[in-house]
Amino acid sequence: MKSQPTAILALEDGTVFEGKSFGFPGEKTGELVFNTSMTGYQEILTDPSYKGQIVIMTYPLIGNYGINKEDIESQTPKVEGFIIKENSSLFSNWRGECSLSEYLVAHRVMGVEGMDTRALTKHIREKGAMKAILSTEDQDRNRLIEKAKASPGLIGRDLVQEVTCDTPYEWKEGLLSEFSLPSPPPSPLERQMRVVVMDFGVKYNILRSLRQLGCEVIVVPASSKTELILSYQPDGILLSNGPGDPEGVPYAIETVKELLDQKPIFGICLGHQLLGLALGGKTFKLKFGHRGANQPVKDLRTGRVMITSQNHGFCVDLESLDPKEVELTQINLNDQTLEGMRHKKLPIFSVQYHPEASPGPHDTQYLFEEFIKMMKHYSHA
Amino acid sequence: MPKRTDIKKILIIGSGPIVISQACEFDYSGTQACKALKEEGFEVVLVNSNPATIMTDPEMSDRTYIEPITPEVVTKIIERERPDALLPTLGGQTGLNVAVALYESGVLDQYGVQMIGAKYEAIKKGEDRKLFKEAMKRAGIDLPKSGFAYSLSEAIDVAKEIGFPLVIRPSFTLGGTGGGIAYNIKEFEEMAARGLEQSMIGEILIEESVMGWKEYELEVMRDRKDNVVIICSIENLDPMGIHTGDSITVAPAQTLTDKEYQRMRDAAIRAIREIGVETGGSNIQFAVRPEDGRMVIIEMNPRVSRSSALASKATGFPIAKIAAKLAIGFTLDEIPNDITRKTPASFEPTIDYCVVKIPRFTFEKFPGVDPTLTISMKSVGETMAIGRTFKEALQKGLRSLEIKRYGLGGDGRDILPYPEEIGENPHRDKILEKIKKRLSIPNAERIFYIRDAFLWGMKLEEIFELTRIDPWFLKNIEEIVQLEQEIRSHGPKVKDLGLWRGSRSLQQVQLPTPLLRKAKEFGFSDIQLAHLLGLDEISIRKMRMEKGILPTYKLVDTCGAEFEAYTPYYYSTYELENEAKPSSKKKIMILGGGPNRIGQGIEFDYCCVHASFALKELGYETIMVNSNPETVSTDYDTSDKLYFEPLTLEDVLHIVDLEKPDGIIVQFGGQTPLNLAIPLEKMGAKIIGTSPENIDRAEDRKRFQALLKKLGLTQPPNGTATSIEEAKRVAEEIGYPVLVRPSYVLGGRAMEIVYDDPSLEEFVKRAVEASSEHPILIDKFLEDAIEIDVDAVADGNRCILAGIMEHIEEAGIHSGDSACVTPPYSLTDEQIEQLKQNTYALAKELQVVGLMNVQYAIKNDIIYVLEVNPRASRTIPFISKATGIPWAKVAAKVMVGKTLSELGIDREVEIRHIAVKESVFPFNRFYGIDTILGPEMKSTGEVMGIDTDFGVAYAKSQIGAGAQIPTRGRVFLSVMNKDKRPIVFVAKKLVDLGFELVATKGTAKVLMNNGLPVETVFKVGEGRPNIVDRMKNGEIQLVINTPSGKKPKADEVAIRSQAAAHNIPCVTTLSGAEAVVNGIESLLKKGMSVRSIQEFHQEAHQRISL
Repeated sequence: MKSQPTAILALEDGTVFEGKSFGFPGEKTGELVFNTSMTGYQEILTDPSYKGQIVIMTYPLIGNYGINKEDIESQTPKVEGFIIKENSSLFSNWRGECSLSEYLVAHRVMGVEGMDTRALTKHIREKGAMKAILSTEDQDRNRLIEKAKASPGLIGRDLVQEVTCDTPYEWKEGLLSEFSLPSPPPSPLERQMRVVVMDFGVKYNILRSLRQLGCEVIVVPASSKTELILSYQPDGILLSNGPGDPEGVPYAIETVKELLDQKPIFGICLGHQLLGLALGGKTFKLKFGHRGANQPVKDLRTGRVMITSQNHGFCVDLESLDPKEVELTQINLNDQTLEGMRHKKLPIFSVQYHPEASPGPHDTQYLFEEFIKMMKHYSHA
Repeated sequence: MPKRTDIKKILIIGSGPIVISQACEFDYSGTQACKALKEEGFEVVLVNSNPATIMTDPEMSDRTYIEPITPEVVTKIIERERPDALLPTLGGQTGLNVAVALYESGVLDQYGVQMIGAKYEAIKKGEDRKLFKEAMKRAGIDLPKSGFAYSLSEAIDVAKEIGFPLVIRPSFTLGGTGGGIAYNIKEFEEMAARGLEQSMIGEILIEESVMGWKEYELEVMRDRKDNVVIICSIENLDPMGIHTGDSITVAPAQTLTDKEYQRMRDAAIRAIREIGVETGGSNIQFAVRPEDGRMVIIEMNPRVSRSSALASKATGFPIAKIAAKLAIGFTLDEIPNDITRKTPASFEPTIDYCVVKIPRFTFEKFPGVDPTLTISMKSVGETMAIGRTFKEALQKGLRSLEIKRYGLGGDGRDILPYPEEIGENPHRDKILEKIKKRLSIPNAERIFYIRDAFLWGMKLEEIFELTRIDPWFLKNIEEIVQLEQEIRSHGPKVKDLGLWRGSRSLQQVQLPTPLLRKAKEFGFSDIQLAHLLGLDEISIRKMRMEKGILPTYKLVDTCGAEFEAYTPYYYSTYELENEAKPSSKKKIMILGGGPNRIGQGIEFDYCCVHASFALKELGYETIMVNSNPETVSTDYDTSDKLYFEPLTLEDVLHIVDLEKPDGIIVQFGGQTPLNLAIPLEKMGAKIIGTSPENIDRAEDRKRFQALLKKLGLTQPPNGTATSIEEAKRVAEEIGYPVLVRPSYVLGGRAMEIVYDDPSLEEFVKRAVEASSEHPILIDKFLEDAIEIDVDAVADGNRCILAGIMEHIEEAGIHSGDSACVTPPYSLTDEQIEQLKQNTYALAKELQVVGLMNVQYAIKNDIIYVLEVNPRASRTIPFISKATGIPWAKVAAKVMVGKTLSELGIDREVEIRHIAVKESVFPFNRFYGIDTILGPEMKSTGEVMGIDTDFGVAYAKSQIGAGAQIPTRGRVFLSVMNKDKRPIVFVAKKLVDLGFELVATKGTAKVLMNNGLPVETVFKVGEGRPNIVDRMKNGEIQLVINTPSGKKPKADEVAIRSQAAAHNIPCVTTLSGAEAVVNGIESLLKKGMSVRSIQEFHQEAHQRISL
């Protein structure tokens, strides 16, 4: 067996773990978080919301089915580092094209195996997500701890600019048909709904989901001005997911504020938080966030529980919103935090989780249909 | 939605005796259901014929009926109890089938009983393959191409349309009985005909073969509000074509991308909605073609299943308990997750370890059975192992199997040699050929042959082609083999192979610490390392201790550490952080029994669970160690702490080192923990109860003999031998027939009655192989003796008999296979008194503290002691249910220092009712084999019949065991010469009861000579129609056939195996025949009534004022 370089993970609180590198060598800092999904590492790696973060997978056996061309959520991996228990030395899947290790190396992403990821996860659970450094270059633990402490962290930082698109573009591709069970075709639209997606680090599956339902999808950079957005004469605006602290992107909050009474709006994840801030609410940082594919969310109107895919470290404070303006529609059953809201007067709704799944369950994909209904209704009005 | 208030009394139907495909997992699920419903304030009525279950403990339900699970009997119970609802989805296929029958016959309507959990229509849609297929088509879910047939000609048409190979699945049978894969028309015709016969509705499904596809299962739960969650995904290592119960399976799924997994999840949710399972759990199976990912649905169980039990243990999510709560109206979000306490049950568990389940087979018990694994289930038990990697879990699982293997290989038990031992010689090709054959034809040892294949230089791709096992699994196995080789390179060279285990000293071995650590991370046991390095097990342990390589314990917490877990459910692994927190409380560790197999089943798990309950009552912290996922003992809330671990010295010692228990109970879990008693004690662990020294005195033949002599007790003349010559000499001395067996075995493994020198020689050759470390025991066989089991409990001073059980079959049939009766029905008061005195004397001499079982035989009014076992016996649950005293609990309390009088047990219990235990056999699984009983145990389970009348109690036991005791019709008799005189009385009674008789020539003549009307029938080979034809035509309702010689004759085997195949009751002993006829007479004259054991016990206890 080939020898793998030692990799050291140092946390800002002085904790140090050691593992073996199976990705690109180097040194990277980031906020250390964990994800509890048992499948979908490729989607997680490429999810732009992980920009600025080192991700631990709690499921120990990763890389089993390799990497394929299709299951990406953006063109390249976005995580700062990837920590797992055991990397599979062989991948087995009919769509697999290269190994996880090859993929990480090709994209110069650090990957580390052989750590007690459960101990690490428990540490984060107890102490909270924190700044960390991953290195194959420096073996001096104290120096690494100092570097971790000195790293920028997430608070107040604008990570969106690092993952948003440079120029507007149109998205053409739908969902992978072979993975959808046959269902009745969507009711034909009188005319195609046009959606402008504000790209704060959008996951492709949001775009695919809109396309699948027949929308015309235009993606614009996060810094786009209201005028530009409205110039497309959209039927609705989707505020996408994205990385980091919502307060780190004040310009986007401003734009959202301006759009509030203009068009139907659907916010997802960071988009939901920005909406919360634009509506006068507050956001706060969760101790270690929600990252996984098994989070139960209850719809307060129907009483139904949906299993959702989540990836967020910040949260809209449900007390901070004006109950006359905003209705809280959904909550997380694990910790009772806000998962969904709807404006009482305007055609605006948003969710904290990921209805586009990928990875994760499809329980809430119907929200895209609701968005379309809302746009149709509004375009008639 | 809160719980329903419109129902108050709920009937639960259990699954009856342990059989292949329905084992103690349904006791686990049923127990959870009873507890959950009682907790919510419902009145629970339970019916289950199996006394060895926790669910039939009188505290578990308000009314417990240990009665046969047939529509007729359950109707009587409904008539008497008038429940509001019936929960049919927790008692396996048996419970479901009876519920369906009760619905169809209108009984449920008549008494206003509603089905909760799953309605009749949903059960039908899930179970009836045709309705299922239509439903799945409606839901847009792909299925294998298929067609139904109701006759052979229809079947052939369908077969031609689809093309070979084909799968044949009979509708409505247990666990795929009678199914098979046909490669040609001849095979097809045979299987189709059998399938049509075995299907309850005469229907078979003929399907496109998906053999070799990847196989998956999802455990799904749904509530009243239509919330659906997936509890666990399972990937079978063995691909389609092998029954999932016979497959090595892994949780979670390993080789599906998220896209594929979510598609499967979507399909599962659609399926449960379309089938209409209202609330509760379902198991859904899928197949995926590895070449292109095409996914088809295979089947769905609209109930809690074996896989649900596995999924519950694998994730920590108690499916059955939650299913019960959903059935009474709660929704998932209203039920808390017990493990995290703060989060609700409406979520999907995520795990941060790998779980491997490995089936346990007992083909050695059934010579002549084809050991090829197919779509019809043949395993009798399973073990589960948890590790942080697949490699670790697989090796832990293999050493949990109790097949004397300590990992994948290199444990000194390998079947094949290392290639370099053979060198370049002609054997090489033969060995490779053998390996290839073992890879391509699925068998119980295939996993070990995969190791051999790698060792012998086969490439992964080639192994994949032969096995169709996913390359991911093969790669992991290859990595284990590679590491084995690396370790071996530090051991003695092949030329020094003679110097195996223990031959070297620690100083001679230079094993790099990282390599040793890696070996442990890969799940290698100390025994494997010892063999590979030429050391002994304890030296490896020492070496590890010195280097600080010790296991860490991690929690099973449903959530991948996202939330804090409050339930101490642990597994070991070699990691950084140890999560186990030993308390400073007084604590007792209980060692369980490992996987179920014939001879060691649910009875021992029952005892372990009782020990745990009893010691909790006394304020001890209880720690359970076991590896069997089907059991109540491995429910995380049975004991204060659960270690889901292999029961090997190494693994148990690690837990002892960590927990430092005040005492260990090894006497309750059967032979598995008992074998650990002396090694554990040597390592300084404290065994409580009867000392290992005294256990050994009873097990060691020579010491036992001295003991009996001292007490003036008689045993059959006997001797021991280590060679053929010695064996012959002993046999000559004591005279044939003799009973021979290897020492230290349970369940009569390899036990035989031999009548002459040649068969003795043959036995010795085999037995020496079976157990080289122990001598062969030779006893005089007492023909026609009455055999008696006595269970007793002693506290060091006093001994009280729990009960005396008289066997119905004469001595020579394994006690685990005999029917027995308590109280004894043909013993004199003097004999009973003598049995008591003998038992007291034995208990005193062996200083028994806890349970003791003694087997006696009475012949010519002499009482012989056959065996003394100062430990829990298989009959403890039965005698506890018969007497209403939980003897295992009493014994556990005695073992921690209570006296019997402190516990209020100051004399024997006398009961006025009669309880009969009958054994249940897997013969219908093994087509064509002889059903004759002998000293080798073959039964998988037991039932109890209880009544105030002996005949009725016996009849109930027979009906409960699945025999259709006729009350009219035709009886076939064919008996050995010795039985010809006494059979006349049996035959006469049958005639008086209105039966017609048919018999073969010899027996017929004797009957005619005695003036009985009898029709003579051809034996097989004498002419047609012969007796087998008559049986096939349904013209025979009862077979009485006692074997005619030392070796079974072919035509008799045909008769008995046909009887098994057609479910015609077949009695093979004279005493059995007498009892059956007695039962028939009672049924005809008195009829059958039902009564709960609470009522029986109340009467018994009023008299003894307990």
